[in-house]
Amino acid sequence: MINYVLRRILAALPIAFIAITLCFIVMRAAPGGPFDRERPLPPAVMQNVLAHYNLDKPLWEQYWIYVSGVLQGDFGPSMTSYDFSVSQLLAIGLPFTLMLGMIAFVLATAVGIIAGIIAAVKQNQWPDYILVFAVMIGVIIPNFLMAALLQLGIGVHLGWLPAGGWPGFSIPHLIMPVLVLSWPHAARISRLMRGSMIEVLGTNYIRTAKSKGIGERLILARHAVKPALIPVVSYLGPGLSYLLTGSLVVEQVFGLPGIGRYFINAALNRDYGLVLGTTIFYVILILILNLLVDIVYAWIDPKVRYR
Amino acid sequence: MYLKNVLKGGVLAGLMAVAMTGTASAETLHMFNGGEPASLDPHRVSGDWENRIVGDYLEGLMTEDSGAEPILGQAESYEVSEDGLTYTFTIREDAVWSDGEPVTAQDFEYAFKRLLSPEMAADYAYLQYPIKNAEAINAGEMDVDELGIEVIDDKTIAFTLEAPTPFFLDALTHYTAYPVPMHVVEEFGEDWIQPENIVGNGAYTITEWVPNSHIKSVKSETFHDAENVDIEEVMYYSMDDISAALQRYRAGEFDILTDFPTDQYQLLQDQYPGEAHVAPFLGLYYYVINHNKEELADPTVREAMSMAINREVIGPDILGTGELPAYGWVPPGTANYDFEEYQPEWVSMEYGERVAQAIQMMEEAGYSADNPLNLQLKYNTNENHQRIAVAIAAMWEPLHINVELFNSEVAVHYDALQNNDFDGVGRAGWLMDYNDPINMLELLRSDIIYNYGRYNNAEFDELLRSSATILDMEERAEVLREAEEIAMGETAAFPIYYYVSKNVVSPDIEGFEDNAKDIHRTRWLSMSED
Repeated sequence: MINYVLRRILAALPIAFIAITLCFIVMRAAPGGPFDRERPLPPAVMQNVLAHYNLDKPLWEQYWIYVSGVLQGDFGPSMTSYDFSVSQLLAIGLPFTLMLGMIAFVLATAVGIIAGIIAAVKQNQWPDYILVFAVMIGVIIPNFLMAALLQLGIGVHLGWLPAGGWPGFSIPHLIMPVLVLSWPHAARISRLMRGSMIEVLGTNYIRTAKSKGIGERLILARHAVKPALIPVVSYLGPGLSYLLTGSLVVEQVFGLPGIGRYFINAALNRDYGLVLGTTIFYVILILILNLLVDIVYAWIDPKVRYR
Repeated sequence: MYLKNVLKGGVLAGLMAVAMTGTASAETLHMFNGGEPASLDPHRVSGDWENRIVGDYLEGLMTEDSGAEPILGQAESYEVSEDGLTYTFTIREDAVWSDGEPVTAQDFEYAFKRLLSPEMAADYAYLQYPIKNAEAINAGEMDVDELGIEVIDDKTIAFTLEAPTPFFLDALTHYTAYPVPMHVVEEFGEDWIQPENIVGNGAYTITEWVPNSHIKSVKSETFHDAENVDIEEVMYYSMDDISAALQRYRAGEFDILTDFPTDQYQLLQDQYPGEAHVAPFLGLYYYVINHNKEELADPTVREAMSMAINREVIGPDILGTGELPAYGWVPPGTANYDFEEYQPEWVSMEYGERVAQAIQMMEEAGYSADNPLNLQLKYNTNENHQRIAVAIAAMWEPLHINVELFNSEVAVHYDALQNNDFDGVGRAGWLMDYNDPINMLELLRSDIIYNYGRYNNAEFDELLRSSATILDMEERAEVLREAEEIAMGETAAFPIYYYVSKNVVSPDIEGFEDNAKDIHRTRWLSMSED
């Protein structure tokens, strides 16, 4: 098992490195630069600015400066935010994005699995139909629309919850963002769980267990759920990346202080440092979580370990 | 040091949870402020969203009144020499920094030198170029000690100008003319701007900055006019999604929106009558013409194209916010320019007739359905720019003009304009930096980088140059008007509409005066308690 985990970590390192390199190249290949704007800077001033950010050096040297900085934990300056470095911006925004993402992820996974089990057991009865309806809504309505609808309905017309903002930790301010983020995720998981559960419930060993007179609850808990989880667990990795990209939208609509906004704005403004810093964090995050998923997978299904 | 900052950031984020109790009291103003500030240092900022915050915590020798007209700020009086070249200011005795230190003439001198040093690379340093040698210093051609500023004593400072400058007092209200606390900047360097170090001399002091969320300022008790400042606390929220901001206004979370989505104007008028403020604003939305493109070098073609643009429908119908159609170059309401806005003769013609005449002009110039004029229309990606571009391309179609629409992100778009890399027409906009016609007219001067279309008329250039030395304001205005008539007479560019400012102001807020500069300092606002 340890061997397996180590192998996975070693395989993740080059992926992270390739992602950084690709991102660096793509950003530099895009036309325009961080200091092109409606009113151009005088040439002498422009020269000073470029020199300050090492942008006057050859590309390979810039790449080298950047990578060696990252290895020492320094993500360099932001080119659109003078008063904070990239590391400072990430240190402030990342905890928030992580918190929001993790709450939504854990909640959605739990709700999705439980709902899937119930729907499978009560197949073609009313709990199943309710689930189908909820899943449809979650999958069909895109998150930016869902966010705007909730904001308008619950925030403006009903006035039950704040329509946005983050005045410090506050559960009411989290409810709508978490709901928007987790709904589609929970919907997909519950569909997977329901299907896989129905399949497991039809297998011979479950029928054998039933014929031995074991109670339904016990069968579900001890024999059915674990094997039924396999497709769900393999979805968690890609599911999480959907969820994280969704948080970019949610943070924008609800005005939350995460790093999602940097991802969009920094790319548009050609803030090289900030784009790379944000990308690296997303890459690392997704790699770590994929790794966790793989470990859980190996735990559920021993065959995976030896492949 | 570096690690410490990261830790500080992490701790701040963690503590945010516990320390802040964000209870909305009646005297807290919640303002939707648009973008995230790039900085709060007056020498680094360049946006109106930064101006709103910076102008509340710092004050120049001159400042804006509730209608954005220049009035005395940190200065209690000033004198202008007879030749208009020397301004001497006396600083108020009670002008102090929020840490209790007096505001001195040295603070101002230090700030101007800092602004103009080439190392600072301040975007808007050129606004202070009227000061003697400022331009040469900014370009690194002259030592900073040659700057035309003299400290006479701790509370007296004199400015020597390159030439008489009618808008100099107005330029001193701009954030590039704000002082910085020399004692704090010298102690902390770049970090002087961090909320734990920051010191101001304005009506408010910054106490908190959560990037991507908000900045909080509280009323400064050391401000010279503190007794007349009503609002205790200001929260400036940064958000990019203006539709979401409007929803939060409707939910009662914001008191002022500094922008709103144009397609919601009708809803605002219906459901919140009187709360949406749309007012003329000193700025022009225009299309530059590439004069290096052979076909467009013909003034008849340009005039025909201008005639075919139906500007009357753009403000009310395409944009829906009633932007004023523009035929001239200098927006109405510009100071030192007491004229009716420029209009070509054909404005009075009925639109159908105008188009018929334009078609005729194009045909005489040799264009026909078989031999159309092909050109490119470049704009930066934005829903409104696109709608206007599509409409104008359709208006030009009857003139045998084939328009290829081309959009790109803002940085890419302006990069192309500056390099004259557009095969026809390009969208541009200009918000005036100071309230004077020269700021607008200079965009067409042949030796300026913002002249994207490379319009080049020696007579026009000469008129602008000569205006700089004319002391008599009326005579100067006449000269500038003549320049405007020359440029517009040969369609140097296509003015489309004059900008409007868009704000939404809660009925609880008093003292919000619409003005052409769209500057509303919080010290002039008050909130009714309910």
